[in-house]
Amino acid sequence: MSTKDMMPHFDLFQPSDVENAIELLDRYGAEGWAIAGGQDSLAWFKDRVKRPVAVIDLKGIPGMTGITETAEGLEIGALTSLTEIANNTVIQNSYSLLATAAGRVASPQIRNIGTLGGNICQDTRCWYYRSGMDCYRAGGNTCYADTPEGQNREHCLFDADRCVAVSPSDTAPALVALDATMVVQNSDGIREIAAEDFFIGPDVDIERMTVLEPGDVLTSIKIPARWAGATFYFEKVADRATWDFPLVNIAAAIQLSGNTVEDIRIVCGAVSCVPRRLTVVEDIVRGSTRDAETIDLAAGASSRGAVTLNYNHFKIPLMENLVRRAIRDA
Amino acid sequence: MRPENQSRRSFIKGIIASGAVASTGGLMFISGCSDNSSIPASGSVERLISLNINGTVRRVDVLPNETLAMTLRNKLGLTGTKIACDRGECGACCVLLDGVSFNSCSMLSHSLTDKNITTIEGIASPAGELHPVQTAMIEELAPQCGFCTSGQVISAVALLDQNPNPTRDEARQAMAGNLCRCGAYDHYLNAVLRAAGEIA
Ligand SMILES: Cc1cc2nc3c(=O)[nH]c(=O)nc-3n(C[C@H](O)[C@H](O)[C@H](O)COP(=O)(O)OP(=O)(O)OC[C@H]3O[C@@H](n4cnc5c(N)ncnc54)[C@H](O)[C@@H]3O)c2cc1C
Ligand code: SF4
Ligand code: FES
Ligand code: FES
Repeated sequence: MSTKDMMPHFDLFQPSDVENAIELLDRYGAEGWAIAGGQDSLAWFKDRVKRPVAVIDLKGIPGMTGITETAEGLEIGALTSLTEIANNTVIQNSYSLLATAAGRVASPQIRNIGTLGGNICQDTRCWYYRSGMDCYRAGGNTCYADTPEGQNREHCLFDADRCVAVSPSDTAPALVALDATMVVQNSDGIREIAAEDFFIGPDVDIERMTVLEPGDVLTSIKIPARWAGATFYFEKVADRATWDFPLVNIAAAIQLSGNTVEDIRIVCGAVSCVPRRLTVVEDIVRGSTRDAETIDLAAGASSRGAVTLNYNHFKIPLMENLVRRAIRDA
Repeated sequence: MRPENQSRRSFIKGIIASGAVASTGGLMFISGCSDNSSIPASGSVERLISLNINGTVRRVDVLPNETLAMTLRNKLGLTGTKIACDRGECGACCVLLDGVSFNSCSMLSHSLTDKNITTIEGIASPAGELHPVQTAMIEELAPQCGFCTSGQVISAVALLDQNPNPTRDEARQAMAGNLCRCGAYDHYLNAVLRAAGEIA
């Protein structure tokens, strides 16, 4: 598809506060589209797959940028760029899991503009869907990826429900591992949602990746001090070190006492439609020493229940090995 | 979804602006041309905006759905910025925003009013003296076809502004967002390190 032309027309709004942004999003409903850095959105518009009537640019809202230390931990404005997060000393010192994950997204140029909020809210990269096919997720009644010929190397191992797409974000598993909270505002007020509940699978709603509905703005992300300074591990496996989305990524926060795992949260990305918290692994290693036996047991258990498609079997050993490394090398 | 009461001023502006668009070259007409004369919803952006590019404020008529790469190349004649993938996947179009590099194909021009933008045309001194990065790229025979070069220069300048003495690996990371189809990566890297030596 030739893309070196203009995007179709839309009206552009640049609200200077959240209330005004919400008012615009409410006015346009499903025909409105919020953009932050626009790094995910503009490609949708160029491809004419999503054609909003109105685009509401959040970037001009001053209160939604920046990293603040609070009594409970850290609050990060949703518009904060991924580069700022990767380079911030407080995040590097106390929550390096997030800094590392943010630094592994896309390319330097994209991280300079792409926001944490946008990275969390971005849509799936299933190319059938991205290229505008009328699959389940697009409101149709078939899944092109889950067919005998379907190219599904990047697709899911768990919790498929008609759609087999995965969550593409590198920062989302880190935020779930850190037990972050999403602060969401709409015309009814402000609500806080645990990161773990923020992402939704096709069984809940096949057309959305998060709980956000039209009119909702993610204003900030709170990271509790609970895991500050813990032992962290993040690893992303992708075809190329730059640009490519994760084939599988892993984010772990571990509290160690000597070599004993006091507590752990471990989350795997790109294996299901949501960042997958590996509670089975957590239960196996919590209270145990990090010996070979425990690690093998945990790694083997991590992929329990996986259902492969034609081309994604490789994700099982990949996932198991990442779990192994996360516990052993953290 | 059009508002009924739209101000006379913005209506006239819309008319003037759609006339201006007719002279901006064929690329703009491939799509969306039927929309060019459409009346913007009240409260949406004005088409006539100011962009501060290479130290000069330029008044320019920009569509709300126009990327900076389009504005630079088709409205402002700054064709040193290249469009290759037009979707954030190559870095050929990258320019500086207050010293930080970004892909101009993936940013609406309207998001950049009140910002300082530097394109490849603004890297050499006003007198035409090349930047040390540019000289080093010539010395190291870095460009082959040259299509990715302006983006490579921009990324190198951004890097050396922040980190004047990078290791080879740091430079490689910083340049990782610039694809080179000719595969001249190591030559570009050599040039970055040579320029760093000269600046230091
Ligand atoms: C070439 C390329 C490679 C990439 N590689 C990776 C990768 O390796 N790993 C990875 O994780 N990502 C990757 N990405 C995705 C990229 O990181 C995200 O697109 C980017 O972080 C999104 O941020 P943004 O602010 O630009 O989002 P936008 O495009 O502005 O927004 C994305 C979506 O989120 C919604 N949204 C944004 N902010 C808010 C908010 N505050 N409230 C409510 N909704 C909001 C928008 O409505 C939109 O639907 C890649 C993208 C490209 C183009
Ligand atoms: S995996 Fe999901 S998004 Fe992809 S084609 Fe199937 S239904 Fe559509
Ligand atoms: S043309 Fe902008 S990144 Fe390729
Ligand atoms: S020199 Fe040809 S693309 Fe880089």
